[in-house]
Amino acid sequence: MSSETKQKRRPVIVQMESPNLIPERDLGQIPVLEAKHIGIDFGGLTAVDDFNIAMGRTEISGLIGPNGAGKTTIFNLLTNVYKPTRGTILVDGYDTAGMSITQVNKLGIARTFQNIRLFSQMTVAQNILVGFGNSMSTHLVTDMLRFPKHWKQEREYRDKAMDLLGIFDMQRFADTKAGNLPYGAQRRLEILRALATHPKVLLLDEPAAGMNPNETEELMDNILKIRDEFQIAILLIEHDMSLVMGVCEVVGVLNYGKIIAKGTPEEIQRDPKVIEAYLGKQGVK
Amino acid sequence: MEEDMATKGKPIISTGSPKGSKKRKTISTGKRYIINTVLTVLVIVIGQMMIDNGSISRYQGSVLEQVGIYIIMAVSLNIATGYLGQLPLGHAGFMSVGGYSCAIFIMRMMGPMHVTMYDFMTGTPATTLLFVCGLIFGGVCAAICGLIIGIPALRLKGDYLAIITLGFAEIIRVVMLNIDSVVGFQLTGGAKGLTGIPSYTNFTNTFVVVAISLFLIHTMMKSRHGRAILAIRDNEIAAEATGVNTTYYKTLAFVVSAFFAGVGGGLYAGCIGVMAPAKFGFMKSIEILVMVVLGGMGSMLGSVISATFLTILPEALRAFADYRMVVYAIVLILVMIFRPQGLLGDYDFSMGNFLEKIINGEFPWKKKQAEEVEADE
Ligand SMILES: Nc1ncnc2c1ncn2[C@@H]1O[C@H](COP(=O)(O)OP(=O)(O)OP(=O)(O)O)[C@@H](O)[C@H]1O
Ligand SMILES: [Mg+2]
Repeated sequence: MSSETKQKRRPVIVQMESPNLIPERDLGQIPVLEAKHIGIDFGGLTAVDDFNIAMGRTEISGLIGPNGAGKTTIFNLLTNVYKPTRGTILVDGYDTAGMSITQVNKLGIARTFQNIRLFSQMTVAQNILVGFGNSMSTHLVTDMLRFPKHWKQEREYRDKAMDLLGIFDMQRFADTKAGNLPYGAQRRLEILRALATHPKVLLLDEPAAGMNPNETEELMDNILKIRDEFQIAILLIEHDMSLVMGVCEVVGVLNYGKIIAKGTPEEIQRDPKVIEAYLGKQGVK
Repeated sequence: MEEDMATKGKPIISTGSPKGSKKRKTISTGKRYIINTVLTVLVIVIGQMMIDNGSISRYQGSVLEQVGIYIIMAVSLNIATGYLGQLPLGHAGFMSVGGYSCAIFIMRMMGPMHVTMYDFMTGTPATTLLFVCGLIFGGVCAAICGLIIGIPALRLKGDYLAIITLGFAEIIRVVMLNIDSVVGFQLTGGAKGLTGIPSYTNFTNTFVVVAISLFLIHTMMKSRHGRAILAIRDNEIAAEATGVNTTYYKTLAFVVSAFFAGVGGGLYAGCIGVMAPAKFGFMKSIEILVMVVLGGMGSMLGSVISATFLTILPEALRAFADYRMVVYAIVLILVMIFRPQGLLGDYDFSMGNFLEKIINGEFPWKKKQAEEVEADE
C-alpha cells in the first residue's frame, strides 16, 4: 500500500464533548464503545487510572505504551474480565456494570488475547463454530436426534466458517487441531473466532506479536479489510510501530496506567512526552 | 456399538500442496449411519443368539449386562470429566437415585398395569413400556439431582467441586438409608435394601439402551452444544469472551451426565435385582472414575474399552476379589506414570473413517512408504 492511499484514508478527527477523539464520519451515531474515567487497583497498585475512550462505529484506534503500562488490563476492564474499581463502560449505549463476560460479548465486544487462548484440542473450524454458537438456533433435542434442521445448520455454518478462514487464506487448516497451528496462524485464528461472534468492536491484543515484517504488512491490509467489510470498530494494542502508524486513526499512549497523550499518529510521533516515555527508547523515525 | 465418533484433524500440517491428484473416496453421512446401525444390530442379535443357544452361560450373560451398564456409567461420567473438564466424585450417587427410582417406579406400576414378574421373562408390550418409562423416570430423577447439585457445585473449581459432589453422594446414600422412616411407609427398604425387583433387563434391551445412550451423547458432543462444552474445558475465559454461556453449558453437561448415570442405575437395579445403599458408596464413584481416567479423558472408545476390561477382570479373577482395589490402584499408578493421558488419550474411533481408509487403500504401513519416498526426493 502506498503512503498516498494511506494518507487518503486518514479521516478528520474531531473532539467530542468528553476528552475523547472520534472520526468525523462516525459523529452522527452514539459511540459503539465508551469508557468514562475507568480505573482499577490491585491491592495498593493502581494499574489503570482515569482512562477514557470513545470508539466511533468504524474507527481503528491504537493503544501503545511500554511494558506493564496497563494496556492488557484495559482490555480486561472493557470486556468485564476485571471489574473496574471506578468509572463506567458503555457498549452501544448500555452500561456493562455487573454483566458477565458472555453478556458483554453478546452486546458486541469481541477480543483476542496477548497470550493466545485458543480451544487448542479442537479443530480450527470448530474454534470458529464456537464463535458462531449464539447465531445458531437448533435446540438440544434437534441436535441429539439429528433432525434435518441440524444438518442444514451445520452445513450452513461450516460454509460460513470457511468463508471467514478465507480472509487469512487458511481454509486448508480447517480440520487441523488449533494447538498444532504455527504461531502466526494461531493469532489469526483468534481474530477469526472473535469475528464469528458478530462483534461491533474488535479488541486485538498485540496481533502482530511474533510475526515477521512480511506477515505484519499482510496483517495491516487484513485489519483494514476486516474493518471495511464488516463495518466494525477495531481497537488494537501493539508494540510494532509500523502497524500502529499504518492503520490507526487515533492513538492513545499509556504510561503507568495513565493516558499521557492522545491524537493522530502524526501528532503522537511529534509529542515530546511520548518520545520521552516511550518512543524515545526506540527512536522516532 | 461405537457410533462414528469424532475424528481428530490430521496432526500433520499440510503445506497446501495437494496430496496426489487422485480424488479420495468418501462415505456419506447417511451411509455411515446405516453401517453403524447394521453393525450394532448385528452384534446384539448375535450376542442374544449365543445366549439363547447356551454358548454364553447365564452367568456370563449377566456379566455382559454389567459391562453394558458400566459402559453407560463411564461414558456418562466422561461428559463431566473428559469433555467439561471437571472432577465430580459423586457419580455413584446419581446411579443410585436412578436405580431406586426406576425400580420403585416399575414395581409400583406393575399392579395397575397388570404385569407380573413372569411377564418380564417372556416380554410383553406392557413390560417394554414399563422398562422404557422406568429408565426415563430414573434418568430424570437423577438429572434433577444433577441440577440441584450442579448449580452450586459448578461455581467451585477443582478440589472444591470434587469435595462437594463427594459429600452430595454421601447425602444421597444416607437419604436412601433413612427415607422410609421419614415418609412413614416402605419405599427404599432402608439398610436391608430394596428386594423383589423384577429382572426387567436382558442382554438385548441393555445393549439397545447402551447403543442409544452412546449415540445421544455422541450427537450432543458433535453439535453446537458439545462444542461449547469442549470450549469451556479448553479455555474457560476464552469461551466466555467468545459468547459461550459457561454457567448454562456447565450445568447442561452436568445434568446430561447425571441423566445417563440414572439410566445406567436403572439397568443396574434390574440386572442385580437388589438395591442397597451400601453399594453406592464412595468406592463405586471411584471405580467409575478409574474407568474414565484409564481409558483416556474425552475418549468415548477409551471409556468403553476400559469399562469392559475393568468389569470383566474382577469377575474373571473372582478368587482375588479382595485385592481388586489394590489392582485398581496399581493399574492406575502405572497408567499415570507411563500414559498420563489414559490408554487412548482423546483419540476416538470412527467406523466410517476406518472404512474410508480401507477403501482408499490407506494403511499405516503404506503411509510409511510414502514418507520414505518423499524423504528420498
Ligand atoms: N490480576 C492482576 N493482579 C495484580 N496485578 C496485575 C494483574 N493484572 C495486571 N497487573 C499489573 O498491572 C500492570 C499492568 O499490566 P498489563 O498486563 O496490563 O500491562 P501491559 O501494558 O499489557 O504490558 P505488556 O506490554 O507487557 O503486555 C502490571 O504491573 C501488572 O503486574
Ligand atoms: Mg499486555
